[in-house]
Amino acid sequence: MDFSDQNRWLHRFAVISAVATWILIGIGGLVTSHGVGMAVPDWPTTYGYNMFLFPPSKWVGGIFYEHSHRLFASFVGLLTTVLAIWLWIKEDRRWIRWLGVLAFFGVVAQGVLGGLRVTLMIDSLGIFHAALAQLFLVLLSIIALATSVWWKKWVMTAKTIPITDSMWTANAFVTFLIFGQLVLGAAMRHQHAGLAVPDFPFAYGKVWPATDPAFLEKINRERIDVMDPNPITAAHIQLHMAHRIGALAIVISAGWLAWRNLRAAGTSAVNSRFAIGLLGLILVQAAFGVFTVWSNKAADVATGHVMIGAICLVVSSLFCLISARCGSVAFTVRAPMDSENGSALSVLQSS
Amino acid sequence: MNKSITIFVAAVALSSVTTISAGDIIGKITLKGTPPAEKNLPIASDPFCGKLYAGKPIPTTRFYLVDAHGGLADTFVYIKSGLDGKPIPAPVGTVEIDQIGCEYLPYVFGLQTGQKLHVKNSDPLMHNIHVTPSASSGNKESNKAQMAGGKPYEYVFDSPEVFLRFKCDVHPWMFSYGGLVNHPYFAVSSVDGTFKISNVPPGDYVVEAVHRKTHPRGTGVTQKVTVGPAGGKADFSIEVSGS
Ligand SMILES: [Cu+2]
Repeated sequence: MDFSDQNRWLHRFAVISAVATWILIGIGGLVTSHGVGMAVPDWPTTYGYNMFLFPPSKWVGGIFYEHSHRLFASFVGLLTTVLAIWLWIKEDRRWIRWLGVLAFFGVVAQGVLGGLRVTLMIDSLGIFHAALAQLFLVLLSIIALATSVWWKKWVMTAKTIPITDSMWTANAFVTFLIFGQLVLGAAMRHQHAGLAVPDFPFAYGKVWPATDPAFLEKINRERIDVMDPNPITAAHIQLHMAHRIGALAIVISAGWLAWRNLRAAGTSAVNSRFAIGLLGLILVQAAFGVFTVWSNKAADVATGHVMIGAICLVVSSLFCLISARCGSVAFTVRAPMDSENGSALSVLQSS
Repeated sequence: MNKSITIFVAAVALSSVTTISAGDIIGKITLKGTPPAEKNLPIASDPFCGKLYAGKPIPTTRFYLVDAHGGLADTFVYIKSGLDGKPIPAPVGTVEIDQIGCEYLPYVFGLQTGQKLHVKNSDPLMHNIHVTPSASSGNKESNKAQMAGGKPYEYVFDSPEVFLRFKCDVHPWMFSYGGLVNHPYFAVSSVDGTFKISNVPPGDYVVEAVHRKTHPRGTGVTQKVTVGPAGGKADFSIEVSGS
C-alpha cells in the first residue's frame, strides 16, 4: 500500500477533476435553463473562430453560457486526460487504472455528444448528454474515493460493521431511483416546454391535473412566457407528475435506508453517517425542486436543482460502493477461519 | 382573468364605403375577452441589446396585440381549401424579416412556398437565425450566425407550415413566426385587426384564421367564403369560443 506524497497528490487531482466536472454540469445546466443550447451554431469552432481564440467581446447573451460551457468542458477534458495517464503510471490497482481509461473515453464521448446535439440540432440528444454527464461525475468520484488514504486504510483495517447484503441492495435501489429521477429531470428540461405544472403541492389546483385537449388549449393560451416555450402537452404534464412521484419515492426510500442503517449500526458508524447525509441531501434537493416550481423555473434555481441532484447521485453511488465493500469485509471478518474467505480477505486488502 | 378568449372575425361592411378590388377577401379579427398581461422582454440581460434602449421603454412580449376596439393583430388568415383546379400564381417578390432592437420584426408574416425570404440584421451586434420547422413538415432546420452588418440570408421553403418558427438563441426571447402556404392567398391582420387577401379568383372557399397563441397547434377557426365572379364583396365572419 502506497501512502506516498505523490499518491496523495494523485488523489487530490482526482478530487479536483470531480469538482470541476460538477461545476461543468452546473454551467451546462445554465445553458439549458436559459434555453441557449443553440446560441453557437457551429462546433467545434465558435462562430468560425478556434474556440480558444473566440474574442471575449463577443461573449454576449446566450453565447456567454454556451461558450463558457465549451471552454470549461475542454478544461475538464484536459484534467481527465492527465488523470487517466497519471493513474496508468502510478496506480497499483488495475481496476482503478482501467476506470481512468474509461473516464478518458467517457469525456471524449461526452464532448462529441455535446457537439452533435448542436450540429445535428437534435434536442433529445441533450437528454443523453445530461445523463452521461451524471454517470461521468460518478465515475470520477469513485476514482477520487478509491485513491484516498481513507479508503485504503478503511479497507485494510476491515472494520466489522454489521451490515447485510440486503442493505447493499437497498442502497443500490435508492441509487437506481435517483439516477432514474435525474433522467426524468433531463427529459423534462430538454422538452423546451417550460414548466408543465406551475403550482405545488397541487397541480393546476388538483391532486392530479387534467390533460384533455380543451384544458391544454386553455393553459397554453393563458401562458405568457418571454421564452415562448413549446406548448404544453399531456405528455409534458405526465412527465412532470412522474418526477414528483419519483421525488416522493426517493424521500421515502432514503428515509427508510437511514432508519435501517441507524438501527443496524448506531449513529456513529460510517454507513449510518452516509445514510443520514444522503437523506439530508435528498430533502434539500426536494426543497429545491419545490422552489423550481414556485420560481416558475427561474434559471438559477433550476440549475441549483440539477447540481444538488448530481451530488445526491454521487453520495448515493459512493455509499453503495462503500456498503458493498463493507458487507464483504464484515462477512470476511465474521468467518476468518474459512480458507476461501481468508484468501478473499487478502484480495480485499490488496485492493 | 377572463377565462374565455374568443376570436371573432367580423364581416366588415366596407363595401358601401370603399371600393373593393376584384376578389378581395377582407375582414377583421376581434379578440373577445381579456388576454393575460404581457411581460417585459429581458432585453437588458444582454448589455449590448440593453444599450439600444437607453432612455426608451423596453418592449414587451406580443402574444396578444389588441387595439381599443378588440382588433387582434398578428393573426394569419389564408385560404385553406377551394383552390383545387384553379391556377396558382407563382410567388412574386421577396418577404423580409429583420432583427432590429433585439427583436424579430415582423413577429408574424406570411410566405408562399417557393417564395424568397430574406432575413437581415439591422443591429450593431450578432444574432443567430435558427429555423425550427416541425419534424413532420418537410422543411429543413438550420442555424446560422449573422454578424452585425452582415448580408441578409436568403431562404426558400418548399412545404406548407403554419407556423414556421424563427428564433435567435443568443437572445432567447427573439421569435418570428411564418405562415407558410402553397399559394399567394394569405394575409396577416394589422394592428386594428383588419386584413385583406387580394385578387382571389371567384369561387367558394374555406378560409382559416390562425392566431399563434390561441391556436398553438396551428389549427385555427374556419369559415366558408364565397368570392363573387366580378369583384364582388367577400364578407365573412368567424367566431370561436374559448373553453
Ligand atoms: Cu439575437
